[in-house]
Amino acid sequence: MAHNQAPASDGESVPRIRVQDAHKRFGDVAALRGVSLEVQPGEVVLVIGPSGSGKSTMLRSVNRLETLTSGRIWVDEEEVTARHTDIRRIREEVGMVFQSFNLFPHLTARQNLMLAPSIVKHEPTERTSARAEALLSRVGLADKADAYPDHLSGGQQQRVAIARALAMNPKVMLFDEPTSALDPEMIKEVLDVMLDLAKEGMTMMVVSHEMGFARAAADRVIFMDEGEVVETGPPSSIFESPGHDRTKRFLEHIL
Amino acid sequence: MAAVDDRRRLEVSDGALIPARDDKAGFSAWRISFFGAIGLLIALPLVSPKPFWEILRFIPDGVLRTFQVTVFSIVFALIIGLFTGLARISRITVVNRMATVYVEVVRGIPLLVQLYYIYYALGQFVRVPRLTAAIIAMSVCYGAYLGEIFRAGIQAVPKGQMEAALALGMSRTQALRRVILPQTFRIILPPVGNEFIALLKDSSLVSILAVADLLRRGREYAARTFEYFEAYTIVALVYLVLTLFFSKLVAIMEERLGAHHRSS
Ligand SMILES: Nc1ncnc2c1ncn2[C@@H]1O[C@H](COP(=O)(O)OP(=O)(O)O)[C@@H](O)[C@H]1O
Ligand SMILES: [Mg+2]
Repeated sequence: MAHNQAPASDGESVPRIRVQDAHKRFGDVAALRGVSLEVQPGEVVLVIGPSGSGKSTMLRSVNRLETLTSGRIWVDEEEVTARHTDIRRIREEVGMVFQSFNLFPHLTARQNLMLAPSIVKHEPTERTSARAEALLSRVGLADKADAYPDHLSGGQQQRVAIARALAMNPKVMLFDEPTSALDPEMIKEVLDVMLDLAKEGMTMMVVSHEMGFARAAADRVIFMDEGEVVETGPPSSIFESPGHDRTKRFLEHIL
Repeated sequence: MAAVDDRRRLEVSDGALIPARDDKAGFSAWRISFFGAIGLLIALPLVSPKPFWEILRFIPDGVLRTFQVTVFSIVFALIIGLFTGLARISRITVVNRMATVYVEVVRGIPLLVQLYYIYYALGQFVRVPRLTAAIIAMSVCYGAYLGEIFRAGIQAVPKGQMEAALALGMSRTQALRRVILPQTFRIILPPVGNEFIALLKDSSLVSILAVADLLRRGREYAARTFEYFEAYTIVALVYLVLTLFFSKLVAIMEERLGAHHRSS
């Protein structure tokens, strides 16, 4: 199975995520046109780019919610894109947070956190319950454990959703525009939780245009346009002196 | 991909009257019909006990049989419907196609013909008791309709639910059982309630197989006494009270289930 291993570059540690020449077509639409990138363990990478540039598609390919047309992706040593790979085992290690929260509306906040650990990992109720409590207080929602999602504000729902992903003890967290469905006054509470996570050393790939978060937490920014990675670099250099016109124009647009 | 809730309510177009709490006109129409029918069922025997009281004493066996047919049929139809609905969204072509053919065939044949077919036509090869044949025919027929309701109900659950479940490492089956179907059940409760009431009414068709249900008992009484008007008036009133009672029950259940987590 040696050919499924991520080629470690120059004897360095294996990247947590490695995307190699990823292509994805939806019918006539080319959503990804040869994307290659790496995310190192503990790194926080912010992905920016205009709407329709393939950011979501790229993120969703990492845990195979989308299957690539061609190209390969590894999470640690394991190849996500290989057919025989047990994708569920990789998904256990890759947490995902969606723009629309996607909490399970028929379950309380606590039950939302307990479901996957109990049926996927077969952990005993005492354990999943205790961890649910701990995670909910970590995101500042200890008092909402028994509330149903519809009784929570958008910001609270998104924090529960982050806690739900963390309940599986992932090694990587993927965020797809986690604050763009939120009212402005709720954005900070969610970003604060993400910032804490980043400080604790979680490997994170975040699609977002929150510049404050980028400056505070991101090690690297990736700019995507029309299904390609246009440029990548530390936040300061991308924001202050972008190397491409496309990046420049995009940044003028959103700042 | 915004979290819109509009898709989650299925339209209820025909069938019995299921009054919503805020539907004033529907609610009072329900009251007038329900209490009117009960009033008549009490008043008629008091005013002229001779035929009416006797009829009322004659038909309870039939009511029980009607219940029996209805309850057994709806239970089997729900099981058939669940699997048909799952098969209809299956990505395995053969399974999907078989379920679709079943739904189309059953929906294209009148229930009365299906009853004849299962009891008389198939009866040439396997003899089954009348009651069993009746329940099989009703279940097979309503299973197809419920299959469509299950399919629509599963598809009405936002796509993000399945994705969130898969992203957490659940299998498709686990996601269906623990995430999708619980939401489906709540979505389909009103239309399923409607089907139950429709089935209760359609169960009167089994009287043609000489199953002694409510209608059949009324007919037996009328045939003996020639009091057709009196007998069928009582039969109609009892059906009306039953269907209105259950429609109210469905409305209350729907409200209870929805109360937990409804968007403000
Ligand atoms: N399921 C899909 N079916 C068809 N086209 C899609 C689908 N998902 C994404 N696309 C298309 O792929 C392109 C990239 O989309 P997406 O990855 O969502 O971009 P972004 O997240 O950067 O806005 C867009 O043109 C979009 O319309
Ligand atoms: Mg997107």
